[in-house]
Amino acid sequence: MVPYLCVDDLRVSFTGRDGAVRAVDGLSFAVQRGRTLAVVGESGSGKSVTALAVLGLLDARQATVAGRITLGGRQLVGRPEAEVRRLRGRDMAMIFQDPLSALHPYYPVGRQIAEAYRVHHRRAGRAQTRRHVVELLGRVGIAQPQRCYDQYPHEFSGGMRQRAMIAMALVNDPALLIADEPTTALDVTVQARILDLLADLQVEFDTAILLVTHDLGVVAQVADDVLVMYAGRAVEQGSAEQVLRRPQHPYTWGLLSSVPSWHGDPATDLAAIAGSPPSLTDVPAGCAFHPRCRYAADTNGRCRVERPELRSAGAPGHRVACHLGDEQRARRYARDFAGVTR
Amino acid sequence: MLRFLLKRALGAVLTLFTVSVLTFGMFFALPRDPVSGMCPKNCDPQRLERVRQELGLRDPLVDQYANYLKGIVAGRDLGGAQGGRCDAPCLGWSYVNNEAVTDTLARVLPVTVSIVVPAAIGWLLLGVGLGMVSALRPGSWWDRAAIGFSLTGASVPLYVVGAVLLLVFVYTLRWLPVPAYTPLATDPLRWAGGLVLAWCSLAFLYSAIYARLFRAQLLETLSEDFVRTARAKGLSNTRVYGKHALRAAIAPVVTVAGLDVGAALGGTVITETTFGLPGLGRAAVDAVRAGDLPMIMATVLVAAVFVVLANLLVDLLYAAIDPRVRLG
Repeated sequence: MVPYLCVDDLRVSFTGRDGAVRAVDGLSFAVQRGRTLAVVGESGSGKSVTALAVLGLLDARQATVAGRITLGGRQLVGRPEAEVRRLRGRDMAMIFQDPLSALHPYYPVGRQIAEAYRVHHRRAGRAQTRRHVVELLGRVGIAQPQRCYDQYPHEFSGGMRQRAMIAMALVNDPALLIADEPTTALDVTVQARILDLLADLQVEFDTAILLVTHDLGVVAQVADDVLVMYAGRAVEQGSAEQVLRRPQHPYTWGLLSSVPSWHGDPATDLAAIAGSPPSLTDVPAGCAFHPRCRYAADTNGRCRVERPELRSAGAPGHRVACHLGDEQRARRYARDFAGVTR
Repeated sequence: MLRFLLKRALGAVLTLFTVSVLTFGMFFALPRDPVSGMCPKNCDPQRLERVRQELGLRDPLVDQYANYLKGIVAGRDLGGAQGGRCDAPCLGWSYVNNEAVTDTLARVLPVTVSIVVPAAIGWLLLGVGLGMVSALRPGSWWDRAAIGFSLTGASVPLYVVGAVLLLVFVYTLRWLPVPAYTPLATDPLRWAGGLVLAWCSLAFLYSAIYARLFRAQLLETLSEDFVRTARAKGLSNTRVYGKHALRAAIAPVVTVAGLDVGAALGGTVITETTFGLPGLGRAAVDAVRAGDLPMIMATVLVAAVFVVLANLLVDLLYAAIDPRVRLG
């Protein structure tokens, strides 16, 4: 089956006062309909920029996008803006992180959703649109959808706002849904319900979901595949099972061991990754992660000069960008992390 | 809503009351005989005394003020020399103009309104238009030109702009008549011809401020998340800017515009003086020069009424624009 979204060698750079910044540098991935790919990384790793690049929402005056983005067989990079606009909201839609600021404060929620529908269904009448939106509001779990249609975002609770946001994204039945930290602004119980809702709707609509998150708990709950990003590049890629159960990259180990676990020993502190993510204006040479990697010294300085390419990590589909050999990594993981990650 | 209006009406009455007490008090605190300015130079003492009696200046201050208020609410009887009965709202008799103050106001107020209202429409359209053009292409040639225009408008005084316009269009090119006021109902063309330079100077001055204000607002709004959401829906640029961004960016402009128009209606002193138009501003200046108490009181009160009304209107408009604002 051909993946619905294919991203191949995506490069995004911003020109600013400090020169060009490479926010995304040679990223490739694919998402099939009905499956969820989680893009994981710290702030500044380029995951949100990737999401915006797919939608074509980066300001052309500031950002340069190169590479190939194929949506249902159509190449998006370099396509005229007017044509990309027709796909936006119809074939690919986005759920934003903070639904309060992402919804317009001055228009009733229902009308904002209706607008998203009518821009792609010019012949739809008012009454028909309203029926459609009200039905959808009900389906995403909003009680009294008739009444909520005419209410303003500030009259909604946080969870309701995110449900409305999801309804807005789904109103045209898009084949690709991009969710940028969809549950970060919500409290934990609401978070779980929203994730369940997304999973149900995915089955119902057969949607491909690109989930951008830093929350590995969310990844474990909903992702089929995982892409770990660091400083604009993929450092590990594979199925959720592979990446979460048999992680291969030292950065992924660090990420996983910094998550509190039910089964871990509460007496041991959570392991934090030493140092902080690099500034994109000044990405370290060689492996971008090497200044923070405790195994960088084990490769005779290779990590400092040569950039590791993604290569197979043993199991099919599981890829990692690390100079350490499979066996070397396995020994270090067993020694330092076994029992720490869940 | 009704509660809001009642509350605001009460507040307005209190404000106006305070303003009138202050003006009244200030006038009598000044080291100047209120009557001296009210009769010709060779006034004999008997006549001065008569004027004092008729104006009630021999009564206690509180009685004088109470009498004044009564006139506004219910009308009162002035002396024979003051035209007898003066109906509500009676603002007294001006010895300087030799007519009831309300009659003077009825003559000068339309002039000021005729200057301010079209000028305000002009400066809003021009300011918002320029601000929009420069915000959509920040750093471009358009943006620079608009900023340059704003800077000029904000830094050149109105009487300079007015003098240049007069020199060019009236005295050199002779395209326009010498500014004068003709009532709109009499002859709309002459009304506009006599005021157009005043409109242009005011619009130039104010649109400069509005262009910069609106540019900053729009730039800020364009970086908001909801604008990105609008784009993500697949809306065209026209719709994203014209609907989603514009409505959010216009709210602060409405506030400033309301207050500016309110203040301007209270008298555009410099404009009226530059173009020789007999409006409320000129009347106020003349009254202060002549020490004409009833007229000073009246112009201050009218200006205060406009400011209070403008504030109320701004609040109502704001609530209409932003549903998060609750009146009450």
